[in-house]
Amino acid sequence: MAHATTHSGTPAVALPVISAAELLPWAVFGGLLLVLMVYFVGAEQGATSLIQGREVHEFVHDARHLLGFPCH
Amino acid sequence: MVGIYLARGMLIGILAGLFAFGVATLIGEPPVERAIAFEASQATGGHEHHDAAATIDTVEAGHSHHHHDAQAADEGEELFSRGTQGGWGLLTGLLVYGAAVGGLFALTYAYAQGRMGTLGPRGLAAALALLGFLAVVLVPAFKYPANPPAVGDPDTIQQRTALFFILLILSVAAMAAAVVTARRLAARWGTWNAGLAGGALFLAVMVVAGYALPEVNEVPETFPAQLLWRFRIASWGIHAALWAALGLGYGWLCERAQSRDLQALRRGDRPALF
Repeated sequence: MAHATTHSGTPAVALPVISAAELLPWAVFGGLLLVLMVYFVGAEQGATSLIQGREVHEFVHDARHLLGFPCH
Repeated sequence: MVGIYLARGMLIGILAGLFAFGVATLIGEPPVERAIAFEASQATGGHEHHDAAATIDTVEAGHSHHHHDAQAADEGEELFSRGTQGGWGLLTGLLVYGAAVGGLFALTYAYAQGRMGTLGPRGLAAALALLGFLAVVLVPAFKYPANPPAVGDPDTIQQRTALFFILLILSVAAMAAAVVTARRLAARWGTWNAGLAGGALFLAVMVVAGYALPEVNEVPETFPAQLLWRFRIASWGIHAALWAALGLGYGWLCERAQSRDLQALRRGDRPALF
């Protein structure tokens, strides 16, 4: 399946395939950080808290509601 | 190379978040304000209504939850004004969310590129954004839709949050499985039939999940139906704006950078961000 793009009819350059091995560290560490960002907007100081208080919850309150996360 | 993709995705994601903020200000904030006004009117006048509605909806009732609610409202040292919540707070939330979704999108794009048939960068980015919007936003929202302030019992936040993320993860996994299945079958069945098989797989998983997961309905009995509808449409609109800007913007950026990326790689250099 990886060779599928080496012969496209159009003169456009084929997209390079990035190997899973090259992608894996980015997916794991980058993915973890990105998911943590979603967590802080979507759920911190709601069902679970990493930081005491309700500052994060109150500050992103409107975004949390409008993005569809359960807020309170 | 992956790092460049990720940086581009997060950058476009921030711009998409900015665009979503514009849409949210326009169509999202008015229903939020009206829902807060409804909540305030319930807290002062309509206590009986509120409690009655709540005990109907929370089956395990027996104890009324709303003392906390009222207490919190009375103590009410507001940490942030409504202006801050609907302004800088909303902007921050959407920018951080946009950057995160943009980064995750870019990692998905990096894996999919060259593995998804003959699609070019713009076609691939647009297709992935559409599938992402379906899997991350639209389909899960049919089961657990967005709720405005005044809807939702604070004491069930644990269960609701858990259910929300379970469905979200399931939906994304089902979509990934559907796309992989469609790609595997495409050589034998043709693109159309393989695509239909993938779609059927996603639909089947989500229908079963929709029936298996418990119903959540904590809308107060007197909450205006029109307001709830407006709020949920606004929520979809904000997400649609974000994903459209992300998919179309990222495709544009990748196409623009593509030939220069390849030249740089041939020379053995690191590709530039743009």
